[in-house]
Amino acid sequence: MRVEGGMRAGVVVFPGTNRERDMMIALERATGRRPEVLWHRETALPAGIDLVVLCGGFSYGDYLRCGAIAARSPIMRPIAEHAARGGLILGVCNGFQILCEAGLLPGALLRNAGMRFLSMECRMRVERTDTPFTAHYQRGQVIRAPMAHGDGNYFADAATLDRLEGEGRIAFRYVDATGAATGAAALNGAARNIAGIYSENLRVLGLMPHPEDLVDPLMGGTDGLPLFESLAAA
Amino acid sequence: MKARVTVMPKSGVLDPQGKAIGHALASLGFAGVGEVRAGKVIELELAETDPARAKETAEEMARRLLANTVIESFCVELV
Repeated sequence: MRVEGGMRAGVVVFPGTNRERDMMIALERATGRRPEVLWHRETALPAGIDLVVLCGGFSYGDYLRCGAIAARSPIMRPIAEHAARGGLILGVCNGFQILCEAGLLPGALLRNAGMRFLSMECRMRVERTDTPFTAHYQRGQVIRAPMAHGDGNYFADAATLDRLEGEGRIAFRYVDATGAATGAAALNGAARNIAGIYSENLRVLGLMPHPEDLVDPLMGGTDGLPLFESLAAA
Repeated sequence: MKARVTVMPKSGVLDPQGKAIGHALASLGFAGVGEVRAGKVIELELAETDPARAKETAEEMARRLLANTVIESFCVELV
């Protein structure tokens, strides 16, 4: 049983990470506990961390490939060990790119198909609710989320995509207002409208849109809050 | 010893950058340009003096960092 004070989250900061403050607000709001800030040079995680969060931004200036340098930084070794122990990991935007580069999630995020940086709101459909990240949503629920990325076009070979679908590892899909995963709804060109995917054990989630930026009516909505409430209760 | 690592998007992987370059060439009036693919070249100064070992090391570097083999292929040459 968890001690009073809720889930212990650690938010990783690389040079160029810029969304950690929003993420910490969302996590604190849902868990009642201020997350710890973890510097990229750390070689161990603080004892008792339940959830590691990789935030959005432009780590290392997106040099080489988005997330490529961050994925090889010292803190990623204890994070991979945390994943191997079944620990929870959330990667958003650049965090998703880092998880793919680190091999903790399959596939890669290519330049948006239209070459444009997309800074706008999107809709995504919650594909399953029996995971630590989505228990507070309804299955098939269509939620709004801001997105802001230049490289969010999810790519994997056909066999990997089939495996992800077969194993129920697609977390969120880009959809239109009616909830249909049309080609046009995948604004960045993502294969099979994939906005987010799970690891095999459903304990690692990576997604491009930013649920942490829709957790308060003052932000224009609270569609992202159930994700953090799900984690707080996980 | 110097190694040159050429990293290219795999065939079948969408290369919007290459497409944009192709369109720009067309608007400059260059006719007859087919598919354009854009990659990157990375040059490495290596202390290793044995060519075989240098190539092997550069290939290991490419596999582990310089290329993402999910989406990119690479080749190494000593120059």
